[in-house]
Amino acid sequence: MDQLVDAALGRSFGLSGEEYDRVLAIMGRTPSLTELGIFSVMWSEHCSYKSSRVWLKTLPTSAPWVIHGPGENAGVVDIGEGLAAIFKMESHNHPSFIEPFQGAATGVGGILRDVFTMGARPIANLNALRFGDPSLAVTKRVVDGVVRGIGGYGNCVGVPTVGGETNFHRSYNGNPLVNAMTVGIAAQDRIFLSAAAGIGNPVVYVGSKTGRDGIHGATMASSEFAADSEEKRPTVQVGDPFIEKLLIEACLELMATDAIVAIQDMGAAGLTSSSVEMAGKGGVGIELDLDAVPQREAGMTAYEMMLSESQERMLIVIDPAREDMARAIFEKWELDFAVIGHITDTGRIVVKHRGVVEADIALDPLAEQAPLYERPYTEAAKPAALGDVDDPVGIGPALLRLIGCPDLASRRWIWDQYDGTVGGQTVKRPGQADAAVVKIPGSARALALTTDCTPRYCAADPEAGGAQAVVEAWRNITATGGVPLAVTDNLNFGNPEKPLIMGQIVAAIRGMGAACTALDFPVVSGNVSLYNETEGSGILPTPAIGGLGVIADAAQAVGIALAPGLDLVVVGATRGELGQSLWLREVLGREDGAPPALDFAVERRNGEFVRGLIIDGVVTACHDVSDGGLLVAVAEMVLAGDVGAALSLAPEGTAPKVGAHGFWFGEDQARYVLAVVDGAAVMQAAQGAGVPAVMLGRSGGDRLTLHDGTAISVAEMRTAHEHFFARWFA
Amino acid sequence: MKAVVTVKLKPGVLDPQGKAIGHALEGLGFDGIADVRVGKVIELDLHETDPAAAREAAAAMARRLLANTVIESFDVTLA
Amino acid sequence: MQAGIIVFPGINRERDIAMALEGSLGRRPRMIWHRETDLAGVDLVVIPGGFSYGDYLRCGAMAAQSPVMRAVSAHAARGGYVLGVCNGFQILTEAQMLPGALLRNAGLRFLSMDCHLRVERADTVFSGQYQRGQVFRAPMAHGDGNYFADADTLDRLEGEGLVAFRYVDASGAVSGAANLNGSARNIAGVLSANLRVLGLMPHPENLVDPLMGGVDGKPLFDSLAAIGVA
Repeated sequence: MDQLVDAALGRSFGLSGEEYDRVLAIMGRTPSLTELGIFSVMWSEHCSYKSSRVWLKTLPTSAPWVIHGPGENAGVVDIGEGLAAIFKMESHNHPSFIEPFQGAATGVGGILRDVFTMGARPIANLNALRFGDPSLAVTKRVVDGVVRGIGGYGNCVGVPTVGGETNFHRSYNGNPLVNAMTVGIAAQDRIFLSAAAGIGNPVVYVGSKTGRDGIHGATMASSEFAADSEEKRPTVQVGDPFIEKLLIEACLELMATDAIVAIQDMGAAGLTSSSVEMAGKGGVGIELDLDAVPQREAGMTAYEMMLSESQERMLIVIDPAREDMARAIFEKWELDFAVIGHITDTGRIVVKHRGVVEADIALDPLAEQAPLYERPYTEAAKPAALGDVDDPVGIGPALLRLIGCPDLASRRWIWDQYDGTVGGQTVKRPGQADAAVVKIPGSARALALTTDCTPRYCAADPEAGGAQAVVEAWRNITATGGVPLAVTDNLNFGNPEKPLIMGQIVAAIRGMGAACTALDFPVVSGNVSLYNETEGSGILPTPAIGGLGVIADAAQAVGIALAPGLDLVVVGATRGELGQSLWLREVLGREDGAPPALDFAVERRNGEFVRGLIIDGVVTACHDVSDGGLLVAVAEMVLAGDVGAALSLAPEGTAPKVGAHGFWFGEDQARYVLAVVDGAAVMQAAQGAGVPAVMLGRSGGDRLTLHDGTAISVAEMRTAHEHFFARWFA
Repeated sequence: MKAVVTVKLKPGVLDPQGKAIGHALEGLGFDGIADVRVGKVIELDLHETDPAAAREAAAAMARRLLANTVIESFDVTLA
Repeated sequence: MQAGIIVFPGINRERDIAMALEGSLGRRPRMIWHRETDLAGVDLVVIPGGFSYGDYLRCGAMAAQSPVMRAVSAHAARGGYVLGVCNGFQILTEAQMLPGALLRNAGLRFLSMDCHLRVERADTVFSGQYQRGQVFRAPMAHGDGNYFADADTLDRLEGEGLVAFRYVDASGAVSGAANLNGSARNIAGVLSANLRVLGLMPHPENLVDPLMGGVDGKPLFDSLAAIGVA
C-alpha cells in the first residue's frame, strides 16, 4: 500500500526532475504521497500557468468599469445600476475527447461554479467548439457527444445556452476544443471572494460526495495525448446537473445572508486547489480532517480524497455563529454539508486522516516557489501576402459552396438541442444576431455576449490572429448595439516546450493585448489549455475570446434578419483581401496568404459610427462582415429574415479596384452591412463621420440578385445552408 | 436479499431508442435482428429475508414508482 | 385570483412562469416548496418546467410521488384548477391526474425551437382569450415530449374534446413535419374531464413579451384572469 515516493513517481505525476528537487528543498524531507500529489497538481500547467504566466501578465486587465480582473474565480465588471456581470470561459478539451458527453457536460458544470461561487446567478452559457475533419467517424462521435453533453447539463440546470461558435479542421482530429463560458449577474455589494480569513473559522464542504473520479485530471490536462488515452477513461469525471442546480440555489440562498467569509468551488484538483488557494490568498493556514469529508466510496485514501475531481462540490469558510443556519439551508436542498476543518494561523496546510498527518506543507513556498518558465520561443516569419488569384467557379456557385461548407453551414442542428429560452430573458437567440442578447432580469439593460476566434488566421500569423479574435468579439457586440466592456480568454495551444508553439503563444498574446488596449476591452478572466497535441501534431493556435458588452435599453438591440424594402449599406472599406479566406480554402483548396489587415483606429471609428446609428434607432438589421466575406454576410441576413435582396452595386465601380470575387468574398475587417429605411441619410452621415460606406442594394423578393444578373433563390440558399448538419446526422 | 426489477416498455409502445440501437447494430454488420427493445434494470438490496415478502415488496415499489404502468411492464426476480 | 407555483428540486422555469402570471394577473403568485402540503387560498396550482429530481428514473416520476402532489390531487378533486407545463405535464401524467405518458422524443434528441400550436377549444379557463382554431407560436424545450396513450384513450380524449392543443404548421394544418417530437395525433396538451386540469409541453410563458420575440403565449395567462370571477 505504501508507495515509494521518489523522482520517478514525481515524473509520473508530471513533475520534472528539477521540480521534484524543489519539492525536496521546500519540504526538507521526502514528501508523503499525498504531499507529492498536492505539489504536482498545484504546479501543473493547469493550476500554475507556469509556461504562460510571464506573458499573461502583459495583457491589459483594468479599466474604470473592471471590479475584479484575473485572479478571482471569474472576472467582474460594472454594468450599471449597481449590478455586476461575472464571467469566465474555461476549457475541457482533453476530457471531451476521452468521453465527449461527460467531458463537455462537466466543462459546463465547472464554469457555472466559477461564476456562482462569486455570488452571481448564472444567466447565460456560451461555448467555443473546435472539431476535426467532419469526414471522420470519430469527429461525428465527438460532435454528437459534446453537443449532447453541453445540452444535457445546461438544459437541466436551467441556464440558457445562447451562443457560441463551431469550427472544423483536421488539426483538431485527436484533440477537439470544448471551451465553455458562463455569464452571471450579481449586486456589486454582494460579490464573494475566495480569500480565507478568521482564525478558527470552520471550513465547510457542501455539494456532492467525494469519489475516486478524475484523479490527476489537472495533470492530464497538462500533458500530450498518447495513443493509450483510451486507457485513461476511468479518470473522467461524471457530472450531475441536478445536484448542480440544487447547489446554485442553496449557495445563492446562503449568499443572501452574511454567513460566508470566503467561498471557492472545487474544480481541477478539487479539495487541494480550493483549500490551498483559499488559505494562500488569505495569508492564513488551513487544517483539514478528511474523516469528515462526505465519501461516496469506501476505503478512500488521503491522496485520493485530496486529488479527487468529483463534481458539484464547494468549499466555504463560514462565520461560526451562522453555521446552524447555513446547515439548515443545505439540508433543505438535500445536499451534504460537513465541517471538514478550520482556518489556522500557521501558514500551512495540514491534512489529517484517521489520526495521521498525511500532509503538512508551508503554503508560501508552495505558491511562491511554483515553477515559472520563460520558455524559449521562435516566432515564425510573417506569411507573404497572397498574390492575384483567379476565380474558377463564378460568384453564385462559390456563394452556395461557402454557405454550405462545414465552417459556415447553419448551426441550427446544434442550437436546437440547447435550451436557449429558459429564464425568459433571451432577446436574441443563436442565429438571430451577431452576439446573443440577454436582458438583465428586473432591468431595461441587456448584455451582448459572443465567443470568437479565427484559428486559420492565428496559424498564419498568431499576432494578427490573436488581435483579430479580440476585434471580432468587439465588432459582434457592436453590431447588436452593445458597448463592449471586457473579455475572458481561453488560450488553446500545443506543447509550449516546442519553441515554435511557444512562439505562437507569445505572439498571440501580444496581438490580443494590443487589440484589447486599443479598444478599451480588457481581459478580466481566462484559462490556458496547453499540450493540445496528439502524437506530436499540434492544433491550430486557438486563443478563443469571450466578449461581454452592455446595451442600456434591451429594446435597442438589433439582429441580422432582413425585412423587405430596406436599403443595404456597407460600412467600412472593401479592398478584397482573400489571404486565408474561406473562399480561398473552399474554392481553390488553398490555406495560404496573410490574414486580412487590422487597423484598430479604423475598427473603433467604424464600430462607433455603427453603434451610434443603432442606438439612434436608424438601423433595422446589422451584421458584421467576417468569415466568407460580404456576400456571405448578406446571405446570412437574407436567410435569417427569409427575405431576398437585390445588390445593384457593381464591384468594378468600387475603389480600390478588386476582382468581383475579392469584392464579394474578401475578408477585410472593420466592415458591417446595415439594413436601413433611408440609405441616403446613412451615406451622408458616414461621409460626415469620415467613415467609408457604399450603397449595396435593397432588400425584398425571394431571391438574392447581383448587378450582373446572377440570381439565387432564397430556397436554394437555405437548402445549401442547412444541408451539412442535416445530412451528417440524418 | 437482492431483488432485481426489470422494467420494459409494453408491446405497442414505440421505442425509438430500441429502433436506433437496432439500426446501429445493423450498421455494424450484425444481421438477423428482428427487433430491439430497451428497458431498465433496477437492483434493490433489501433487508427482507423472506423471498415471498421480498418479491411482494419489490413489486409494490415497481407499481408505485419504478415502472409507469401506462407504458411499462415489469417483473421481479430474486437474487 | 391567487396562483401558486409548486417548486420541486430541479425545477427551472418557475421564475419564467411567475413573470408571465404576474404580467397577466397583476398579482405575484405564491411559491410553494415541494414539502408544503397546505394549498389553502390557492385557486390555480401551476407546476412549471424543469428537471424535477433530475428527471432520473422517468421524467416527473419522483415528483409525482411527493407529498405536495397529494395536496394538488385533492385540490383538483375539489374542482380546483391546475396547469402543468413541460415537466409539469409529465408530473401530472405520472401522478395520473391526466391520461397518457410522455415518451422520449421520436428523434432521440432534445428539441429547443419554436413550434406552432392550434387551439382545439377556446371555451376553457386556459384558452378563453384565444379563438378556436387559432394558431400561435410557443418555444419548446424538452427531451421527452412525445405524447403517448393507447388507442382507446386517444379516441376517448378526442371524443370528449379533451385535446387542448395540437402541433401544427404555421397555416394550422396537422402534419407529420409539424409534429417534431412524434406525439400521438400531434397532441401537445390535454385537459382533464372537468376541463380544469391542463398539461402541455411547450412554453407559452417564454413568449409573453415583444422583446423576447412575441406575445403569442400571453392570451393563455390573460385567460386565467377569469378564474374566481363569478
